[in-house]
Amino acid sequence: MRYVFKKILSSIITLFIVSLLVFVAFALIPGDPALSRLGTNATESALASLRHQMGLDKPLMVRYFIWLGSALRGDFGTSYSYSMSVTSMIADKLPITVTLMIYSLLLMIVISVPLGVYASYKEGTLIDRIIQIINQIVMAIPPFFSGILITLFFGMILRIFTPGGFVSISKNAVGFFGFMFFPSLAIALPKSAMVLNLLYSSLNGEKKKDYVRTAYSRGNRSKTVFFGHMLKNASIPTITFLGMALADIIAGSIIIEQVFGIPGLGRILLTSIQNRDYPVVIAIIMLVAVVVIICNLAVDIIYRIVDPRVEENT
Amino acid sequence: MKKQKKMNFNIILGCILLAITLIPALIGLVWTPYDPQKMDSSLKLAGSGIRHIFGCDNFGRDIFSRIMSGSGITVMIAVGTVALGSILGTVIGAFTGYFGGLIDEALMRINDVALAFPSLLLALVMVSLLGTGKYQVMLALGIAFIPSYARIVRSEYIRIKNLDFVKAARLAGAGDLRIMFVHILPNTKTVLLSSVMIGFNNAILAEAGLSFLGIGVQPPDASLGRMLSEAQSYMFVNPGYVLFTGATIVMIILGFSLISKEIG
Amino acid sequence: MRNYTKKFLVMLLVSLMATALCACAGGKAGSADADSLITIGIPQDLDDSLDPHIAEGAGTREVLFNVFEGLVKPNSNGDLIPAVASDYSINEDGTVYTFTLREGVKFHNGKTVTVQDVKASLDKCAGTESGEPLVAAFSAVKEVNTPDDKTIEVVLNEPDTDFLPNMTAAILPADHLDASVELIGTGPYKYVSRSPQENIVLESFDDYWGEKAKIKNVVLKIVADADTIVMNLEGGSIDLMARLSTTQASQLSDKFDIYEGTMNLVQAVYLNNAVEPFNDPKVRQALCYAVDIQQIMDFVSDGKGTETGSSMFPAFGKYYMKELNDIYNTDTAKAKQLLAEAGYPDGFTFTISVPSNYQQHVDTAQVIKEQLKEIGVTANINLIEWDSWLNDVYIGRNFEATVIGVDASTLTASAMLGRFVSDSGKNFINYNNPEYDAAYAVAFTSTDDDVRTQKYKECERILAEDAANVYIQDLPNLVALNNKFGGYEFYPLYVMDFSKLYLK
Repeated sequence: MRYVFKKILSSIITLFIVSLLVFVAFALIPGDPALSRLGTNATESALASLRHQMGLDKPLMVRYFIWLGSALRGDFGTSYSYSMSVTSMIADKLPITVTLMIYSLLLMIVISVPLGVYASYKEGTLIDRIIQIINQIVMAIPPFFSGILITLFFGMILRIFTPGGFVSISKNAVGFFGFMFFPSLAIALPKSAMVLNLLYSSLNGEKKKDYVRTAYSRGNRSKTVFFGHMLKNASIPTITFLGMALADIIAGSIIIEQVFGIPGLGRILLTSIQNRDYPVVIAIIMLVAVVVIICNLAVDIIYRIVDPRVEENT
Repeated sequence: MKKQKKMNFNIILGCILLAITLIPALIGLVWTPYDPQKMDSSLKLAGSGIRHIFGCDNFGRDIFSRIMSGSGITVMIAVGTVALGSILGTVIGAFTGYFGGLIDEALMRINDVALAFPSLLLALVMVSLLGTGKYQVMLALGIAFIPSYARIVRSEYIRIKNLDFVKAARLAGAGDLRIMFVHILPNTKTVLLSSVMIGFNNAILAEAGLSFLGIGVQPPDASLGRMLSEAQSYMFVNPGYVLFTGATIVMIILGFSLISKEIG
Repeated sequence: MRNYTKKFLVMLLVSLMATALCACAGGKAGSADADSLITIGIPQDLDDSLDPHIAEGAGTREVLFNVFEGLVKPNSNGDLIPAVASDYSINEDGTVYTFTLREGVKFHNGKTVTVQDVKASLDKCAGTESGEPLVAAFSAVKEVNTPDDKTIEVVLNEPDTDFLPNMTAAILPADHLDASVELIGTGPYKYVSRSPQENIVLESFDDYWGEKAKIKNVVLKIVADADTIVMNLEGGSIDLMARLSTTQASQLSDKFDIYEGTMNLVQAVYLNNAVEPFNDPKVRQALCYAVDIQQIMDFVSDGKGTETGSSMFPAFGKYYMKELNDIYNTDTAKAKQLLAEAGYPDGFTFTISVPSNYQQHVDTAQVIKEQLKEIGVTANINLIEWDSWLNDVYIGRNFEATVIGVDASTLTASAMLGRFVSDSGKNFINYNNPEYDAAYAVAFTSTDDDVRTQKYKECERILAEDAANVYIQDLPNLVALNNKFGGYEFYPLYVMDFSKLYLK
């Protein structure tokens, strides 16, 4: 119990440090949000009153704690550009980006696992070599280029989907999921190649292990050995990689949203960064940080429960 | 024996790919067949030909020359990024790993969070603080790369600092700084080298990504990401523009990953 | 291995949390499929302000044109026609403008427009309460009277027979004067909803007093990336997009009708006259001599633009002076000589800030960069988002040079020329020339149309000869409209009239 308490405390401190760093960094950037709202026609008194209204006349630390107070209640302030609540803006866009992430994760598994298993099963054959070569090339394609290629091929040549034709889920759910397939594929393709590679080499590693050798030497080359044991053992590092790919998927979705014209969280983040709409930028960064840190915390605690011997990980 | 042969094949192929892409890129920093920024309205979106082998873009600029100088800039940014990230990361990792304590704890907390963030997102935030342009991108990416190096180096220092030869050096009266950088640092070489290789690929990807988003290198400077984003608008008039630019990125990355796969 | 599994658990939890968040946030009820719908691409989100009295962006105003109306509004010939007012008269010396309120004009919230609403809206523009006019031209307004519940009198400080165009200022409900969040106007379209960076939804207003809009639903889709415009059009996700480049238009299939007009703006390299070296007229003139306008047009618009030599575009007929185009013909030697005289024999380096969503301006900046190399001047290009352009360049005036098109909010010469008066709030180039201020003051207050025209022309000449900016062109406006639709009309102003569009 003490351990859990300690972990929670340290996570809270981490979040606190992050929020402080992010808030201060953005507060120190030159520029006056009040001025940019009112324009140069504004009188000094109007500016002063807006600054007061926005709380900009208070010392930095006071502003931080006011922000922190309302952020803890789920209120991230008002967007400078849109005069609307940051929380509702994000809530509006989050489902799009999350769909993109989960979709591409699923596609990664669907593409890579069967191919990886098949290639390993056929190790040394021509088809294995062909898969390997194609895989190596696909792995080197950055997501934005795969996005362009997919647009070119599926969108403009085969005309299976409409480039830029994003529809929101509330309007047309089928259209939404149909459209999202292609950007998700663009993110998933290069990553699938990596998963395939990993699965392939760990499967081949399993083949050299004693239990397989024994089985093989007894003439048991059955699928039971392959699928029942080897695949099970080889899948652990593969699944782990899928987990590590999460950060890349988030990054990939920012770019892919741009390529396919998807108005998701990445698009909002990008324009807010360029428009210096800091309440929005800070909120999105904190959202990512909170999700990551809470998950880290939960994993630590679960580990403790599952395996009480776990040592302090440095 | 068979394994040996395959390894050579990968390295040779990797070297060939890098030679095809990086040699023109390096030459491109000082010389290109045409001025990569010279406009000619009569060559607007001209297709491939003998004089302009990859054709011309919407300003009649020679695409081959632009790819040469663009990959030069991209590679230059990648080198700068990796240098900055690895040097600062090494220093931070060395100090925190060697001394430990409260600062170590605090820095590693921040590091954990930074690592959990996608590096592109970190770079985006950095760019919003620093502004756009090729040097800003280098700085932003360099800073975003620090945490990963710091972490690797730190754990190496923790491992090595209690080894006998370090204890001996300390008994012989060597100061902390001397131990850190003369005795321990050379021993982290292998680990550092392989992460530099991977870092280089990541840097090329990150730069291309930022410039593709329009917040990296500014026109008319060419970088591979920037060009790809420009080429996207002319995909149907001159698909070669998109394909050649994209292929260059793919070849560089493929080359590096083939080589690092065998070395690492 | 444990570490791997741990990371997997992290991943799993992240996606679970994300799904949960997703579930909480999603599920917004959508509107039912309606009869007719047109999706119009716009190059930027309307993020300066939705308040029609404050909005500065031409792209914002062209949309708000369909939602808000003034007492009068322009038609496609540029003439002012009565709107919220049914009739108006101007007294002889031009000091009192009397408007009769049109009967039964309804706001989008269903309330009928009253003279109180009109007075409150005009008072807001004139800044009666704060003492600071919100709209610069309204500084001329002395008072707004409502003698009865049908009549509005606008009394001016000085005689001005040319004040009517300012009465296009939007009429808002007296209890909804802050239109930045909730948009309630009297126009043919009413505001329904918006989703940042995604779209703005409008719906035709059934109780509109005039000819009702023909298409029920208008969705304005933000296509911030100029590179995807062609794909959006061809793919069918937008039906209409204005201001295409010639290259973009040439890539479109015959599914689209291309309408050709002019953008009605003055595209120029606007120079911050307050910073070195642009505070020296010789430097500015040198740039004018160095630039080859024909070449710019060749690259940017296949030679289709109309050259402008000063801050006035051809749609203004009476005021546009073609002869000013010939003051600076490309002359590199002359440019170098002027630079040397100004103390920059080896040239200098400066930065052009360009909003990245306007392909034509980005392209122009790149051509100009090349042309300036000839005289040893290095121009760096800094691409910025539209909103930072608005904040840094236009409002903050923190820039050296920018390529942009400046349009007129009303069809008065003062809308183009007023901004260059040294103390104007819109004088983003910090132009400061007492001679100009004097000429403008005479023109602005004169009641004699000849004197007024002559003085405004003098202002144009001063801007050109003093090389306030490097004037380039009025860009051609290529509008692509899916041939399912018709009815696109050009205005001599930077507006788009959605109500005229119809389904064939």
